[in-house]
Amino acid sequence: MFTIVDRRLNPSGKSLANRQRFLRRAKEQVMRAVRDASAKRGIRDIDMGGDIAISPDGIREPTLRRSATGGQRDYVVPGNKEFLSGDKIKRPPSGGGGGGGNQGSDDGDGQDEFRFVLSREEFIDLFLEDLELPDLAKRKLAVTDAMDWHRAGYSVAGSPANLNLVRTMRNSLARRIALHRPTGDEIKALRQEIDDLERTGSDRERLEQARLELAEALKRTQRIPYIDPVDVRYNRFAATPRPSAQAVMFCLMDVSGSMTEHMKDLAKRFYMLLYLFLSRRYKHVDVVFIRHTHRAAEVDEETFFYSPETGGTVVSTALEEMARVIKERYPPAEWNIYAAQASDGDNALSDNTKTAQLMTDVILPDCQYYAYLEVGQEGMMPGLPYGGGPRETDLWRTYKQIRAGGALAMRRVTERKEIYPVFRELFARDKAGQPAEVSA
Amino acid sequence: MTLTAFESAPLYTGADWDYDKVRRVYDAIEKVALGEMGLDCYTNQIEVITSEQMLDAYSSIGMPLFYKHWSFGKHFARDEALYRKGQRGLAYEIVINSNPCISYIMEENTMTMQTLVIAHAAFGHNHFFKNNYLFQQWTDADGILDYLSFAKAYINHCEERYGHAMVERVLDAAHALMNHGVHRYPRRRGPDLRNEEKRARERLEHAEATFNDLWRTVPTKAGGPSALSDRDRRRSLLELPEENILYFLEKKAPRLQGWQREILRIVRHVAQYFYPQRQTKVMNEGCATYCHYRILSTLHERGALTDGAWMEAMHSHTNVVFQPEFDDRRYGGINPYALGFAMMQDIERIATQPTQEDRYWFPDLAGRGDAMGALRNAWANFRDESFILQYLSPALIRKFRLFHVADDARDPEMKVAAIHDERGYRAVRQALARQYDIAWAEADIQIVDVDLVGDRKLILEHHVMNQILLEEDEARSVMQHLADLWGYEVVLAEVETPGGTPLRRINVSPRVVLGGG
Repeated sequence: MFTIVDRRLNPSGKSLANRQRFLRRAKEQVMRAVRDASAKRGIRDIDMGGDIAISPDGIREPTLRRSATGGQRDYVVPGNKEFLSGDKIKRPPSGGGGGGGNQGSDDGDGQDEFRFVLSREEFIDLFLEDLELPDLAKRKLAVTDAMDWHRAGYSVAGSPANLNLVRTMRNSLARRIALHRPTGDEIKALRQEIDDLERTGSDRERLEQARLELAEALKRTQRIPYIDPVDVRYNRFAATPRPSAQAVMFCLMDVSGSMTEHMKDLAKRFYMLLYLFLSRRYKHVDVVFIRHTHRAAEVDEETFFYSPETGGTVVSTALEEMARVIKERYPPAEWNIYAAQASDGDNALSDNTKTAQLMTDVILPDCQYYAYLEVGQEGMMPGLPYGGGPRETDLWRTYKQIRAGGALAMRRVTERKEIYPVFRELFARDKAGQPAEVSA
Repeated sequence: MTLTAFESAPLYTGADWDYDKVRRVYDAIEKVALGEMGLDCYTNQIEVITSEQMLDAYSSIGMPLFYKHWSFGKHFARDEALYRKGQRGLAYEIVINSNPCISYIMEENTMTMQTLVIAHAAFGHNHFFKNNYLFQQWTDADGILDYLSFAKAYINHCEERYGHAMVERVLDAAHALMNHGVHRYPRRRGPDLRNEEKRARERLEHAEATFNDLWRTVPTKAGGPSALSDRDRRRSLLELPEENILYFLEKKAPRLQGWQREILRIVRHVAQYFYPQRQTKVMNEGCATYCHYRILSTLHERGALTDGAWMEAMHSHTNVVFQPEFDDRRYGGINPYALGFAMMQDIERIATQPTQEDRYWFPDLAGRGDAMGALRNAWANFRDESFILQYLSPALIRKFRLFHVADDARDPEMKVAAIHDERGYRAVRQALARQYDIAWAEADIQIVDVDLVGDRKLILEHHVMNQILLEEDEARSVMQHLADLWGYEVVLAEVETPGGTPLRRINVSPRVVLGGG
């Protein structure tokens, strides 16, 4: 007697709740490990899950165990080859190895670090914890110019194109039956009978009666219409406003000679983060790469990051290019527009006014958020908060003047490990619902 | 009898399994196991699961349902990491000591593996669970699943009512003390009035029957028996010393609330349920391995298993019972499968083809012929420690080339105390048995005193044997948990046994009072 049960279709992930408890418990360590890991990782791997090693503090499970060292111990071990009783043996170096027969299986408590795998979702969730997009709901969730139309039952009024024939005819049939409208066949039969009677002239009385019946039937037919306006039904469509789930992210970068590989790498990481962040919030994220020297062009990712270019530096060209792309492909009513600009701060002196004007008049009104990241040479001004002074760059000074609205944030970064804090700061959840203002 | 009489067509061919094949195989195995080997099993329930579900089951210590706690998530995370990297395979089966006996088989396994698993788990382990005295004494196979389902619901309810953090703290503390939450001996029953009366009557009758007036004239000590000291009275009132720490806390901790006591009780029950398993690893696996080997070889002899299937089964079998030697890189202690299986086979050999040596060492067993009877007896009445002490034969000691190393931290070198020779057999056997004695391997810790009237300080004693102290950091954290539960100061004194010299004291005050007033 036995039963066999197929449990394969039972929901898996029974231990999910335990896992969540574990992550919550080890949150601090896991967060730190995630930050470390993301700093070390290659750009393209950042949104993958993977191995995480955390220190076992806080997730130890202590028990009352006898110490593994000291005292008198007895081991019984298999595989004697040369020993005779009374022989002396050197103690194995760490106390494990040769002896230790009565130690239970190591349950991980003795290990220096605890390794496990985070799924992609968990990794990114922790990575982006407590960040919030600025003004996310501001535009698209309120504006209803993008509509979805859904069928929503029937209505008695509508345009002829939406006439629902089946419904209409069904109503009409029901009404005709209820009101005893003579059918075409009945009238035809009467006419036939009258014809026959007239031709033979046999039964006058019946002929008379049939004529009366026919007249009555025709009268009813006229009084009761085949299709009455009350029968008519139209397909009804209801409109629901569709929150825009698409965003476009503009990556602007100065690629002139003064930008070193290190600076580009910093910028890359920032874009990476921004992309990750946006792709968590929006269903669809487009990325547009615009690089500029003294002229700007929209390029693909490969060219953007790796293709060399020489020339002067005119920032307004990039802004013009961006404005053109927005106009052509990304109407601000339908797209959430984000921009991140990375530069070493150089700009042609004559261009500053134009840049400022473009920003205030064209770019900023269309953007949800515009982040300006000034990248510095490694080791330069380490940790110095950029607070004015003689070394303020042209671009910084220009942007500082127009930074009145909330949409423009600026920050200076010189080292890779600063990227994440800066990013967090730029996008930190703010009590007022506004992105935290960057002190300059 | 001739083999041809049993000759039959193979039960299955090919690697894929389906329900029909499993049924056929199960019936054939059952015929051998119950009919010929005389096994006595709970009703079987075989559940097919995926590898993912197997990982899930791992994390809740093999039970089909269990309460939630982060430590299970931690184990799951590690097992999963190891499994995904291919550093560790999954167990072929998990079997649960319940009635009906639930065995999990994985869908990825071949038909031969399913056959092996059914013979191993659904009959071998199952028989052992049902018949071993420890399991009969300490576990309730009929009620365990219901109890776990209650425990899960109860703890869930507590989490909703009192918050995750509160429940987690109690569970953390309880888990830390889990190994000291078992009764090691059957409890003394409370006095039963009818029996008491009967015993009193018997005593009276005995006194009347043996009355001798002379006794009256024997002088007694002046002042009569010495009065109990305060400490003694207190201790007997609280039934101290008590080694089941969780039990003591559940019953006597002054500040715990009802639900916290209930959680301690749940953890204590679970620990008690697994207590026999920790003491019978070698026997349990030995029994199951012996059963699958015997059943499958019988089926193969009769042609019910194809040669290919037999080879595959033997491949897995030899992997399982492989014992690396101590200087091998793969050595990680004595493999309970290897030792258990070898001992079972050895008992069979001694019972049927004993040597002169066996007759000297095992006069009752050697040559008695009924190997299965002897094995069933061993499976029912022993635990690892006593089993090894009773049945480990010189032949097996030679086969494993076991030797006993004595390691005294005070000496610069370790000493080989005994090897597989005439003088060493008994010493090796005794030392190995002791290695499996849970009372020897685990620290002997008891609650010895508490001053309920005064400062309510709880005093524990660790009876240090062989100068092996507790791991200090861990002991301190556990004492911290204990102090949190108790609500007042806790002292752990480590004293040498025998001798009573104090070696170390760990003093901990509660950091948060879980009971909350």
